[in-house]
Amino acid sequence: MNDLKTYNDQVHIYGRIWMLTAFVLMILVPTAIGLRYSSWPSLTVVLKGLLGVAPIFWTVAVIEILTFTPMLGTGGSYLGFVTGNLTNLKVPCALYAMENAGVSQGTMEGELVSTMAIAVSSLVTTLIIALGVFLMVPLTPLLNSEALKPAFDNILPALFGGLMVVYVGRNWKIALVPFVVMIILFISIEALAHAVSLMVPVGAALAIAAARILYRKGFLGGEK
Amino acid sequence: MAFSLNSGFLYLVAGVVILFVLAQSSFFLRRALLQARKIGMDRRVIGSTIRSSAVFTVAPALAILLGVLSLSKFLGLPLPWLRLSILGALTYELTAAASAASSFGIAVTDPVNDPAAFTAIVWVMTLGIIPGTILIPLFLKKIQKGLVTLKNRDQVWGEHLMTALFLGMISAFSGMVFSKVTTGLQGWIPVFVLLFSALVMGLCGLAIKRGRAKWLTDYALPVSILSGMAFSVFITRVIG
Repeated sequence: MNDLKTYNDQVHIYGRIWMLTAFVLMILVPTAIGLRYSSWPSLTVVLKGLLGVAPIFWTVAVIEILTFTPMLGTGGSYLGFVTGNLTNLKVPCALYAMENAGVSQGTMEGELVSTMAIAVSSLVTTLIIALGVFLMVPLTPLLNSEALKPAFDNILPALFGGLMVVYVGRNWKIALVPFVVMIILFISIEALAHAVSLMVPVGAALAIAAARILYRKGFLGGEK
Repeated sequence: MAFSLNSGFLYLVAGVVILFVLAQSSFFLRRALLQARKIGMDRRVIGSTIRSSAVFTVAPALAILLGVLSLSKFLGLPLPWLRLSILGALTYELTAAASAASSFGIAVTDPVNDPAAFTAIVWVMTLGIIPGTILIPLFLKKIQKGLVTLKNRDQVWGEHLMTALFLGMISAFSGMVFSKVTTGLQGWIPVFVLLFSALVMGLCGLAIKRGRAKWLTDYALPVSILSGMAFSVFITRVIG
């Protein structure tokens, strides 16, 4: 445990340096474009545009930090929150890698497996996108083909179907309540599909409440 | 300077950001590998983690590439390439770009020719996604300290709590798959895809346990994702 603390303390130091550098770099992008093309949009225009996204996306950012960082671990969080595509790629990738390795987050092995999974996933994603950009002309008809459209439209159901088996199979008692409630909620209010990130903490709260009750009643084993 | 959505300058800016992402990923990977060696972690576990993560990433990365392609009609290639290689996701980028573009009365279907509008879009996309890069350095250590205290108080409950957190996330995304079922048979397609992918994953699990196909462990999730995607093409033709 002390080893993990020492290791994590180091990761916090260089993680912060990398992340703050990413922050500066991200700000430099619009600054450089503005300088190059001598185009400085008025503050009002930017604020107006930002008002359309910030209330939701800033809330989602806070929710994602609270729900995903415990799953990703220290290194995984510093990396995942710079490289992005968390829900559709990095989080499932880290969860699957830890499950396969038989390790859990909060242990040294879990921390390392999660960091390796996210780092490899980021490298592969960046390389595939770069390759795709260079091969955009021959790839465009394929990626845009009507025949393949359903495959890309359904990538999330395909991903979570597989992941569901890994987790629900082993923990069906905890899964039952959040799954049933979520299915009913999404069927009743179709518009929720556009705010799925906001529903993650709701699902997590339900799952935690169900787990707590089951644990207290002695249905999960290991209760006090 | 004449403005072009696909200018060499914009490719250069995208290139710098992408190199940064590659450098950070390589740095974290190297540090984790060194630490794994230091604690004597099983080499097979390391190899399996790297292999399965790389294979797992291919299909979602192709979907992200498709996102770059769809945004490129409106924003050129370099900006979506940059934006989808760093913090963000297609749903966010498109909404942010559309919100900024609407201030200029531009639709997301036409290429942006006005450098002022383009710069405003880049600012909105950047500022809309940036809180994570400030909040993580400020609060990650505190969040983790809280988790450790919680786990130390009751180790077993700590494990169940983490499992519940995972399941909460998976339940939200699985629930979303059902959001269109009231629209008719077509609305059930994502549900069928979810179930088919789950079935393939279950069969892979059986093959691993009963058929002793241990090698399949690294590829079970990618196989179930690709099978689900292939099934979606088939089922859409049948009932779409």
